[in-house]
Amino acid sequence: MSSVLYDAPGPRTRRRILVWSVLSVLVLAGLLGLGLWQFASHGQLDAAKWAPFTQWPIWEYLFVGLLGTLEAAAYVAVLSAFAGIFLALGRLSRVKPLRWVATGYIEIARTLPVLLMIYVTLFALPSAGVNLPLLWKLVLPLTVANSAAFAEIFRAGILSLPKGQSEAAVSLGLSGAQTMRHVVLPQAVRHVTPSLVSQLVSLLKDTSLGYIVAFTELLYRAQVLSAYNHLLVQTFLVVTFIYLVCNGTLSFAAHRLQRWERHD
Amino acid sequence: MGALLDNLAPLLQGLLTTLWMAALSAVGALVLGVVVTAMRVSPIPVLRGVAFAYVQLFLNIPLLALLVLFVFALPDAGLLMPLPMTAVVVLVIYEAAYVAEAVRSGVNTVALGQAEAARALGLTFRQTLGSVILPQALRAVVQPVGNVMIALVMNTSLFAAVGIVELTSAANKTNLVHAQPIPIFVGAGLTYMALALLIGLGTGWLERRVAILR
Repeated sequence: MSSVLYDAPGPRTRRRILVWSVLSVLVLAGLLGLGLWQFASHGQLDAAKWAPFTQWPIWEYLFVGLLGTLEAAAYVAVLSAFAGIFLALGRLSRVKPLRWVATGYIEIARTLPVLLMIYVTLFALPSAGVNLPLLWKLVLPLTVANSAAFAEIFRAGILSLPKGQSEAAVSLGLSGAQTMRHVVLPQAVRHVTPSLVSQLVSLLKDTSLGYIVAFTELLYRAQVLSAYNHLLVQTFLVVTFIYLVCNGTLSFAAHRLQRWERHD
Repeated sequence: MGALLDNLAPLLQGLLTTLWMAALSAVGALVLGVVVTAMRVSPIPVLRGVAFAYVQLFLNIPLLALLVLFVFALPDAGLLMPLPMTAVVVLVIYEAAYVAEAVRSGVNTVALGQAEAARALGLTFRQTLGSVILPQALRAVVQPVGNVMIALVMNTSLFAAVGIVELTSAANKTNLVHAQPIPIFVGAGLTYMALALLIGLGTGWLERRVAILR
């Protein structure tokens, strides 16, 4: 841990730490003050500019966007987790072609920017006659990318199990599929739960690309709102704050799970 | 194939933009990330708190939301920089949080005895961190930091959303004009894969060179 880098401080070090603490607080306060002054001098702190955000209709408008964000994230999470399990099994399979296909898919999907895939669904697929509904123009590219990430997490979980587990299952007469389903996967998934929750955070962040697809999610709603009320600074700061609260809660849960797993 | 070759100039221009912006952001993110890690393990509680808050803040906010905030909103508060500069600054701030997380996991892998031995030799905190802990920690995290760098290159594609013509945007614009999606998007995709592969090979080579054999 980090605290091993220094001994319990003596009187002189305590004094020095105090001096440095005071200095860094002063610098921080200075920076914060400078920022506030900059905002205030451009009228961005005027009560009139923040007053709209004390009213429920604005929040209701943004919460509809948040609902869209959560809806898209839920679709992506379920679909990619499902696909991820099969891709992980494919990559670990003894059947060579299956292994090649799964490995190839994972390696390709992991190294393509999501935005490039979104442009493909937006502009390339329609000209090929495939015009997806708006939600799926966001969900499909995100699922392609996230299923590869989920597959790698599941694979790590499966590989982290001691070999004795599957050997014991086989010696009990379970078939390969039964071993996977009843012995290996349940334990592997529990092992990697913290990573799965972190991936959920990353996926929720990715849904902000709905901004480009014009799908009604939080960031897109913010853009529409700011075009209407001209309060760009306030609107986007509020939306950033909403993202922070949602993902912060998830990250906190992941952290707790990690500690809980370690005590287990 | 023809569409790809006929439009090689704008696509290469886009690739060039992607490359220099990614390179600049990578250097910035590496430096800032290591500084944040140093703050996070320092004996000064205020700095530790700030570093922790920094990492949590930027791990939890979408990059696109930050880009939109900095590019479209903050100029209203008088914070205006040239567009490419703004984009690079945002990416540096964002990825530095990931670099800091990776480097901190490296600091945690350095054996307790190393820091104790350094202290027993009379090294100060700064000397312990700079000459004993960080050199070992950084060697341990070549691969994870390489993965962050790959993510960084992929994330430069989001610059297209705020009006910078890098590779993704160039591919999209070329396709809108010529309606030849397959060669153009496949070409752009292969380029990104090649970049990721290059970084992967580079970090693999670097890891073998700097690994500590015990």
